Amino acid sequence: MNNLTIKQAKIGLKNKKFSSVELTTACLKQIKKVEGKLNSFVTVTEKEALMEATKADSAIKNGVELPLLGIPIAIKDNFSTIGIRTTASSKVLDNYIPPYDATVVRKLKAAGMVLVGKTNMDAWAHGSSTETSDYGSTKNPWNTNHLPGGSSGGSAAAVASDSVIAAIGSETAGSIRQPASWCGVVGLKPTYGRVSRYGVIAMGSSLDSPGPITKNVEDSALILEILAGSDSFDATTSPLPVGNYSKNLNQDVKKLRIGISDEYFISGIDKEVENSVREAIKKFEKMGAIIEKIKLFDPKYAIDVYTIIQRSEVSSNLARYDGIRFGFGRDKFMEEAKRRIMFGTHSLSSGYYDQYYNKAQKVRAVIIKDFEEAFKKVDIIIAPTSPSLALPVGATKDAVMFGEIADVLVEPSSIAGLSGVNIPVNISQSGLPIGMQIIGPQFKEDVILSAAHQYETNTVDELWRKKKPNL
Amino acid sequence: MEKEKTKSMNYKPVIGLEVHVELKTNSKMFCGCSADYFGKKPNTHTCPVCLGLPGALPVANKRAIEWCIMIGLALNCNIRLFSKFDRKNYFYPDLPKGYQISQYDQPFCEKGSIKVKSGDSTKTIGITRVHQEEDTGKLIHDTVDGKNVSLIDFNRSGVPLVEIVTEPDFESAQEVVDYLKKLQQIVRYLDVSNANMEKGDMRLEPNISLKLADQQGLPKYKVEVKNINSFKFVEKAINYELKRQQELLEKGETPKQETRGWNEKKQATQSQRSKEEANDYRYFPEPDLPPFRFTQDYIDKLKSTLPELPWQKYERFQREYNLSAYDVEILTREKKSADHFEEAIKVGKKYNIEPKEIVNTIINKKVDVEETPPALLIKNIIFSKQTTTIKMDDLENAISKILNENALAVLDYKNGKIQVVGFLIGQVKKILGKNADTSQIKENLEEKLK
Repeated sequence: MNNLTIKQAKIGLKNKKFSSVELTTACLKQIKKVEGKLNSFVTVTEKEALMEATKADSAIKNGVELPLLGIPIAIKDNFSTIGIRTTASSKVLDNYIPPYDATVVRKLKAAGMVLVGKTNMDAWAHGSSTETSDYGSTKNPWNTNHLPGGSSGGSAAAVASDSVIAAIGSETAGSIRQPASWCGVVGLKPTYGRVSRYGVIAMGSSLDSPGPITKNVEDSALILEILAGSDSFDATTSPLPVGNYSKNLNQDVKKLRIGISDEYFISGIDKEVENSVREAIKKFEKMGAIIEKIKLFDPKYAIDVYTIIQRSEVSSNLARYDGIRFGFGRDKFMEEAKRRIMFGTHSLSSGYYDQYYNKAQKVRAVIIKDFEEAFKKVDIIIAPTSPSLALPVGATKDAVMFGEIADVLVEPSSIAGLSGVNIPVNISQSGLPIGMQIIGPQFKEDVILSAAHQYETNTVDELWRKKKPNL
Repeated sequence: MEKEKTKSMNYKPVIGLEVHVELKTNSKMFCGCSADYFGKKPNTHTCPVCLGLPGALPVANKRAIEWCIMIGLALNCNIRLFSKFDRKNYFYPDLPKGYQISQYDQPFCEKGSIKVKSGDSTKTIGITRVHQEEDTGKLIHDTVDGKNVSLIDFNRSGVPLVEIVTEPDFESAQEVVDYLKKLQQIVRYLDVSNANMEKGDMRLEPNISLKLADQQGLPKYKVEVKNINSFKFVEKAINYELKRQQELLEKGETPKQETRGWNEKKQATQSQRSKEEANDYRYFPEPDLPPFRFTQDYIDKLKSTLPELPWQKYERFQREYNLSAYDVEILTREKKSADHFEEAIKVGKKYNIEPKEIVNTIINKKVDVEETPPALLIKNIIFSKQTTTIKMDDLENAISKILNENALAVLDYKNGKIQVVGFLIGQVKKILGKNADTSQIKENLEEKLK
């Protein structure tokens, strides 16, 4: 039963087919079975999870109805969880136990979730592979010689391996969509400011967006409904009303204008990835959507902008980890974090600020404008999520800019603060998942989720969907 | 020798000032913790935000920003319609985030000025900027179990601070002190800070340098004296620096550009940090706080809520009550005493008591506004006016009568129980009436009792 979606699990719980304790136990059993191969978790909270599940069962018995009541969920280890160690996969925080919950965690708890553990990630979310984790890399459930992507690689692998019903990740530029693509699951990066960052260990503060990683689009919509909304603890959250994402999943695709930009099918892109995404676009066309060629900036320009802004913010955000009030000292920082701190410190230094940070912000404004113009012509944009299939373990060795290059296709929309979702569209010959991203304007999660859901239901019988990781 | 002296006369002080004023808002600048930290148990007014815990985010205190803008308005500043917070990055153990949230290139208020009376002249001091920031925690160096330790109290961390920076317009320590007194008066009138020096509500940092009297522009160097918390010390520090720098200049040396501190024990400033070691604060816009876009309407509304400011009150008192500059200066020094005076006038009107009489009583009798509410003050004035002088004969007769009737009391007095005189006065008053002048009776009584 650990392979169920949220919706299916809820029906099972409601009809007393199984209890939350049984469901949670099934997940914990699966974790025990596959964790040795995958290493998706930094911390598994077995005891707490079973206690929460017991409570959920008595609540269900008493007729309580909550959107996630009794559902086992994993959360990326950069979300503060009261009383549960939160490391961001860095040994600097090996002994850090937060005294408070992130807003996302608080909302999930209020919705009745059973937290089964904290998932592995690139240390401080610095990377797209989980290979920078101080707790060892996570492996791709489809082929453990390959990487799951990152930084939310643990959450994506946990969902893909049915270790949990759903998981939470966070994306600065690609950290939800890219691992979702490599692991063959649905990963939603909401608009910047749609979901509160309060309690999420900051990476790039002007970019960080928490979001769900799920087995299907329906579950993604359900979790977004719980997470979205303004938060009095995060001044950058938007006051715009939260959509009814679940209800709006069936908006007609007919006449939906889909933009395709050749710039996103970059040279060197994996042929299977390109073909699968182009196939998927044709299917949209068959469903009645209008496909329009648009011209977006070459996404390579976003790499520099993203690198400068993110590292500048990182250099400031990591200053508090001095070992004085909590955690260990600075000697516990590893190579990648140190490189980013030095880069960011340099780009903010007097005499360099205008040349780097200031210029990056100007180009960022141009990229935002580019998307604004595009969205005058189309409703959504479709592109590959990653130019490659999941790369082999060890691929990041000596590749200093690995993450930035792996994430080239998701960086422009992240810089612009847009919404985007990865959905699986195929499995390669080699047995690795292929993902496609649907990008929407800011706060148009309802539109991209609906398009994604329509695609999913229209292709539900495709043979590749029957395949499962063999663990 | 004579020539040397003439040369030394030619230097002219160039002094600017940075003042940090702590606001008395209920909560801190970026979290809901109480900002009332003084004397509280260490680390009890803290939360994830002001402790800089992983993932915590700031949310700006609206009232603090309004007060910052009000200070700017009182100092005749331009209020920016677009403004933002920036991060000032530096490491210090009392700074939990590793950066201070401050304002860099777009402060809430800029380009103001204020008139300051110093001696017989009035001078206009340029206000460069007024910006909002947050306070740091406090380091306490102590001995615990025989070991020297540094402890940190984060109760003060995140308390709202307003920094007020002047142009280098001061030419003497006295001008600086006169400005500071005025600034203290303004923030108290605005009721935005207690401006209590002992509690560190106002921290002063003068920039001091000297230039030749005929030199154009600013000197090539400046010496900053950090974190002074008394007007007296700022005066001493400036005068010390002026002397020190003059001596160096006379030797043909240029004083080092550096930060110094005032050492009260040694009565001297001491070098803390030179320019070479100066921080590069790597300012950049605070991504956790969206920028501010104010409307002129909003600023105008804030302006309309400004209370009457000291100089406005000063002029009105002179005009309305026809009082001397001396009287008005004393009355308006503090808002509390000015308000007390005006309340007393209202009450006094019913009894035909002139403002001038009230002022005289307040000033001559050094009336405490806390202990003597306006109504009581007027009552006292009426009472003292009704006091009648007694004819000498009546007085002498009454005293002899009472002394004869109270031989025992007289004996007590002579044995040292001088407090019986009060009783005797009362007895005399029974004859002469209660409005009889007490001091006159007392004087005569004591004469008789000798």
